[in-house]
Amino acid sequence: MGNAVGVDRLHFAFTVTFHYIFPQLTMGLALLLLVLKTAALRTGNESYNRAVQFWGRIFAINFAFGVVTGIPMEFQFGTNWAAFSRSSGGVIGQTLAMEGVFSFFLESTFLGLMLFGEKRLGQLGHWFSVFLVWLGSWLSGYLIIATDAWMQHPLAYSQGPGGNFALASFWGLLLNPWALWQYAHNMLGAVQTGAFVMAALGAFYLLSRRFEADARIFLRTGIVVGVIAAILQLFPTGDAQGVYVARYQPVTLAAMEGLFASEAGAPLAILGQPDVENRRLDNPLVIPKALSFLTYRAWTAEVRGLDSFPQSDWPDFIPLVYYSYHVMVGLGTIFIAIMLVSAFLLARGSLHNSPWMLWILMLAFPFPYIANTAGWITAEAGRQPWVIYGLMRTPAGISPQVSSGNVWFTLIGFFGMYLVLGILFLFLVYRQIDGGPAPDVRLHAVSAPAAQPATD
Amino acid sequence: MPTLWFCLIALMLATYVLLDGFDLGAGIVHLGVARTDPERRAVIGSIAPVWDGNEVWLLAAGGTLFFAFPVLYASSFSGFYLPLIMVLWLLILRGISVEFRSLVAGSVWSPFWDLVFCLSSALLAIFYGAALGNVVRGVPLDASGYFFEPLWTNFRFGADAGILDWYTILIGIAAYLALAMHGALWVAYKCEAEVAARARRIARLGSGAVLLMTVLITLITLRIQPQILLNLSAHPWGFVFPAIVIASLAGIFYYMRGESTSVKARRAFVHSCGYLLGMLTSAAFGLYPYVLPARAGPALSLSIYNSRTSDRAMRIGLAWWIVGMILAAIYFTFLYRRFAGPVRTGESHGYD
Repeated sequence: MGNAVGVDRLHFAFTVTFHYIFPQLTMGLALLLLVLKTAALRTGNESYNRAVQFWGRIFAINFAFGVVTGIPMEFQFGTNWAAFSRSSGGVIGQTLAMEGVFSFFLESTFLGLMLFGEKRLGQLGHWFSVFLVWLGSWLSGYLIIATDAWMQHPLAYSQGPGGNFALASFWGLLLNPWALWQYAHNMLGAVQTGAFVMAALGAFYLLSRRFEADARIFLRTGIVVGVIAAILQLFPTGDAQGVYVARYQPVTLAAMEGLFASEAGAPLAILGQPDVENRRLDNPLVIPKALSFLTYRAWTAEVRGLDSFPQSDWPDFIPLVYYSYHVMVGLGTIFIAIMLVSAFLLARGSLHNSPWMLWILMLAFPFPYIANTAGWITAEAGRQPWVIYGLMRTPAGISPQVSSGNVWFTLIGFFGMYLVLGILFLFLVYRQIDGGPAPDVRLHAVSAPAAQPATD
Repeated sequence: MPTLWFCLIALMLATYVLLDGFDLGAGIVHLGVARTDPERRAVIGSIAPVWDGNEVWLLAAGGTLFFAFPVLYASSFSGFYLPLIMVLWLLILRGISVEFRSLVAGSVWSPFWDLVFCLSSALLAIFYGAALGNVVRGVPLDASGYFFEPLWTNFRFGADAGILDWYTILIGIAAYLALAMHGALWVAYKCEAEVAARARRIARLGSGAVLLMTVLITLITLRIQPQILLNLSAHPWGFVFPAIVIASLAGIFYYMRGESTSVKARRAFVHSCGYLLGMLTSAAFGLYPYVLPARAGPALSLSIYNSRTSDRAMRIGLAWWIVGMILAAIYFTFLYRRFAGPVRTGESHGYD
């Protein structure tokens, strides 16, 4: 990490990983809030509105942290990746600017109305502001995915005289087929984070015998949405993504699967440790021929291993790509199992009397965060050694005149800043959870001077 | 086409400065105008519904700059590496202090965040001013089209100056004063009673200082950046921008005289917007067609011609940009209408 490119990568990896803790929950919760608000509107049941208010507050805290940690992401393209920005700004600058113009204005305007406008706007107006917040956050997600998809699978560009890329087709960039599947897969991941968090909090309240009526709503909503998302996550979206990776980034697929040698009827590794030095998988536990089938729908098809590609084109952290991919898939499979069993118990009406299942649901909530993060590490570390796949290598993309010492300075600054932010976040969320969805809500209680102890 | 995008981006940045300027300014004067907790709630309440929307203008302008002039974006963002990252830290601190100061009751929590809010706002104003000063003064661009400036060297204006030399510090102070006045006029317009009276006093002091500072930095800047006089003599209609500055300053003084009324407070604030707009458009007009002058001379400077993307990409961008801006204008009109009128001290700043 002494050289600038290593520190620049660590800088981006750290700040984006921390940032994505928040949007994955807000994008998932935005959909769940819309579900809850729709239920409130259709049934007229006030407890759904209380759930909207409560999760709206959790949403708001996460949203604020998402905003303040998101701004550095846009800046870093220019500060740390100037050569990359210079050559590709004419393309991906469009999607990033559109995110600001179309999503951020929308979200920042209607979030306040969603949180505080229920009385003034009326039920339908309030539903509409929940809808617009959902629209804004999902649009934002799409424009970021379209940006990343261009780096994974560049198209719709022309190359100018200086070698810089410029956008040639607006719809080509926006409807990049890579982006469509990646988006579906990513958003389902976000919905799972939201669903697991909601169900976990419901389980926690039931187990601790607090807010039990609200807890049942949280559990039911989380599980119904979660079981659908968990299944769609694997098929068709995960599967389709895998097929795209096999077609356009076969060397990445080989790294993900730990497949060192090309093989007809290639096995699917469930467990094992890639030994890059000796080019083999240690302690493998495999399903014979399964990789060939999943990739090409033929049990005997040849899958190209790492040996088919020059080593200079291999992702530079093969174990990281391999493990993050396996963690993602493994957890995804476990999520399907958890959600199916919970949904079965819920349908039978015995979930609330099954403390073992409530314990599992309660303790499961960190794992969707891990799976989402692992998925992104697979995609981004798997894209290496390219910053724009096939067009520009990562070391060529950094800011040529920013020294590694200066990057370390700001990286250490971000470590400190985000440590403080993380502690603050946990404290604020804990207060919300502790206060619960009771009518005397904290946000209002402290905003109203009447409830303010005389401190000044 | 590049000239059009130059104007659009300048306009977006100016919008950002006008809007986020008043909430930054409110932050600068926060501790001065509001003494008790309910008063401070009222000041925060006057910006709470809008500050993040205002900040989005910075992101939208940055993104638009990124795609229309990628070479400029890459060069300036990497060249101003350290100050930009510090601006990010300040934006983070400021954002959480506004959002979270009122979430916990107590005599430690809120005053702490009030202080963070005030300091980060003040530093941001100075940083923004210094950044503008750097763009006007020029940076050590080399033939590769990149540069890297240390934060400071010896603070002297010259070939090896850093981000901060006496000129850019002076512009930083001018920005601080201008935004303090802008924020004070906002608070005077939006808040009531004691808070508004204190804000008016600060605005009165501030406007005097702004007047002096404007004369000073204008004289110095004309010597430092010869392009401005060249542009003015080639296109005399450009005098309209400094004329806006003078008329706006006169308006601020006029509407701050005598008894204060709500209408007069609003007009004073509007003229303060005019002042900022006039200063920024004057600077943009003076630099055109350059966007980042090189200290070694215009041959190495970045202009709108050598830092732009293709015509086709610019046309594609224009189509969605217009749609997006119409939508944004609708949201902002809606938002500001909903929260129009004064914020009463002691009233909940929850939006109902």
